Amino acid sequence: MFDPMASTGFEIVTRDDFSDLTFLLEIRHPMLAKAAKPGQFVIAMSHERGERIPLTIADYDRTKGTITLVIQAVGKTTKEMQRNCRAGTRLFAVTGPMGEPSRLSGRKKVICVGGGLGVAPIYPQARGFKEAGAHVIAVIGFRAKDLVFWHDKFAACCDEVIVCTDDGSAGVKGNVTAGLGLAIGRHKDVDEVVAIGPPVMMKACAETTKPHGIKTTVSLNPIMVDGTGMCGGCRVKVGNEIKFACVDGPDFDGHRVDFGDLMVRLKRFAAEEKAALERWSESCRMADRPQPPAAASPPERP
Amino acid sequence: MADRKKKKTIRTIPRDRAPVREQAPGERVRNFAEVTHGFRVEDALHEADRCLLCPDPVCVPGCPVNIDIPRFIAKISDKDYRGAYDVITETNLLPAVCGRVCPQENQCEGPCVVGDSYAPVAIGRLERFVGDMAIEKGWTSVPYVEPNGFKIGIVGSGPAGMACAADMAKAGCDVVVYEAFHVPGGVLRYGIPDFRLPNEVIDAEIDKLKMLGVRFECNTLVGRLFTIEQMIGELGFDAVFIGTGAGYPSFLGVPGDSLNGVLSANELLTRCNMMRAKDASYDTPLPLGSRVAVIGAGNTAMDAMRVCRRLGAEQVHCVYRRTRNEAPARAEEVHHAEEEGIEFHWLTAPVEILDDGKGGVRGMRCVRMELGEPDASGRRRPVPVAGSEHEFACDLVVVAIGTNANPIIGQTSKIKLDRRGYIEVDDDMATSLIGVYAGGDIVTGAATVIEAMGAGRKAAHSMKAYLCLRDTDAVYRSGPPPAAARLFGMDAAERNFARIRSA
Repeated sequence: MFDPMASTGFEIVTRDDFSDLTFLLEIRHPMLAKAAKPGQFVIAMSHERGERIPLTIADYDRTKGTITLVIQAVGKTTKEMQRNCRAGTRLFAVTGPMGEPSRLSGRKKVICVGGGLGVAPIYPQARGFKEAGAHVIAVIGFRAKDLVFWHDKFAACCDEVIVCTDDGSAGVKGNVTAGLGLAIGRHKDVDEVVAIGPPVMMKACAETTKPHGIKTTVSLNPIMVDGTGMCGGCRVKVGNEIKFACVDGPDFDGHRVDFGDLMVRLKRFAAEEKAALERWSESCRMADRPQPPAAASPPERP
Repeated sequence: MADRKKKKTIRTIPRDRAPVREQAPGERVRNFAEVTHGFRVEDALHEADRCLLCPDPVCVPGCPVNIDIPRFIAKISDKDYRGAYDVITETNLLPAVCGRVCPQENQCEGPCVVGDSYAPVAIGRLERFVGDMAIEKGWTSVPYVEPNGFKIGIVGSGPAGMACAADMAKAGCDVVVYEAFHVPGGVLRYGIPDFRLPNEVIDAEIDKLKMLGVRFECNTLVGRLFTIEQMIGELGFDAVFIGTGAGYPSFLGVPGDSLNGVLSANELLTRCNMMRAKDASYDTPLPLGSRVAVIGAGNTAMDAMRVCRRLGAEQVHCVYRRTRNEAPARAEEVHHAEEEGIEFHWLTAPVEILDDGKGGVRGMRCVRMELGEPDASGRRRPVPVAGSEHEFACDLVVVAIGTNANPIIGQTSKIKLDRRGYIEVDDDMATSLIGVYAGGDIVTGAATVIEAMGAGRKAAHSMKAYLCLRDTDAVYRSGPPPAAARLFGMDAAERNFARIRSA
């Protein structure tokens, strides 16, 4: 097969593990760092035979020329990245920034809600709103205290930070909707709520804000292939319309998104994903097993 | 050489086309290898012998890039295959591709006068013969190019972009082609399956562009990574060509459209062809069905059906609201699909896709259609037959009913678009931005590979004029000119050139 990037690829500058599931990769790509805006994403391939996966840009540093991706190891591709990606190794492909950037101007007071993996991508939005002159309240949710990350980064750019943990070991006990409810209770003049996280969480946030009539924006991350509007795999129902999350979004009006449809579509390849993960886990177990000295060990992909 | 002096007539040429060897249908539905084998030398000579070498050929205007067809066929008859290749590559850079994927029956072979009595000369197969031989022997037509210092950016590495890149590189420009995917080739790579156009052919044609000095930059989404305006401004391109293709597939707009068992042909083909999902060592998953319905009857629909067949679907059905006569696919593709056991349901249209209760598809509700009055496209408009609703069982629905304009360039630049979102160009393929040209599907909507290449070349012609470059389309033929063409001992081609003696 044609291989244009065999020796190049995209260098991983740093890796940081937040938990046994979540890790951060900082990737050198000066042009992308310069072009990226809050709300946008990239499509990455870890190796030549990998799949193309969409990952929200969690941060970018224009002077260093790097972008930051936060990845949750849940399937074959992301677990393989967790195993193989190190500082100094390279990703086969990183393309972006994709999607329409979030609209950040013209807001006086906003609440930025990030749950689980959504904490990372909500950060550039919170910072962007602050830079555009808004009063920013961040609501970030984690399972427990030891999984909390980037609290300091949010504290540095937000006027208020509400941490929520499922077990109450830090901040407010409960999920992000508890924190969101608290914030809405304290502030009657919120212009917009931006929520990023798993579909269930975004749906719950949209339901929380609906009675208050607060404009709510959610960032959708459906299954994608190309990320350029060419395949329609990422189509979502918004109101009565079909939209492609990759080029028409990823931000949509949370009160109009059909979350039920989105959740069904996210399970589209559930069986294939499960089988691929099992096959891969098995091959890892075989590779990790100490080899008898006589047998030649199979070459592992770098 | 001598026996060609005798003028050929319709009575003296062989009546029948040279036989074309194909993989047997039963065999080929189990593999992705190419269906149609190329001509052997004897087949090519036989077929070339069928050409009347008309002095005023009608096939040449039928070709979107005006290949000098009789001249290359005459070279084949002379067994000067390299010469034939040189004739084709004067105007068409990708003979191995076009010989395979052009709808020749509507282009060069349509008006062929031999076709009035017998089957027309198989021009496409001869072109492919020459193109394949060039790849096999490693021939290239790389002219000596004097760099002129101009920098050209091409957006999209599909057929339009490739054709434009080649012409600009031959004119001496420094050409960079940007591609959003991780591999170049555009629709040739993601859309057309291996059994119609093997990847090695695309690679070989791209390598030829690289030999001309064209650089390919993959993983680059123009518009988002940098805009068209930035290309002309801070990135220092002297001219830009946009050939991003149509993309953005249409869906049916009926209830059940977003079920998990419904996908666009583009998605199926991209997963299978470009992401190699059919190969278990690649990670991209592939939706499989045992009873597949493909909506539409264009080339993309035919490709999707034949891909599904090869992926192991027990039954593959084509559902089309008009009849076979209106089907836009190449005749050969419909024929091949029929041979491969695809069932055709003409005059049938889906009105609803039915849920299996788990987010998948259990079938469609369809209506029968009949043809009414001609519509704007000149084809008779299908109208539903009252009371003809029926259920159609299937577990995968592939939608191949066309595409809309890709919005990215429009979202990120001030370039003028038409009502439907395609880029607006004038007769010279110039857009509303100075120095920016466009062509192919992003201007016309979905069309053919060769039409896109024709548009790319036309744009290149205008770009050369814009940059005040000599038009390299005027081919200088080497060899001694006839005496009459010499004036005072000088070649007529050199007239008006002042000879300067260097000190």
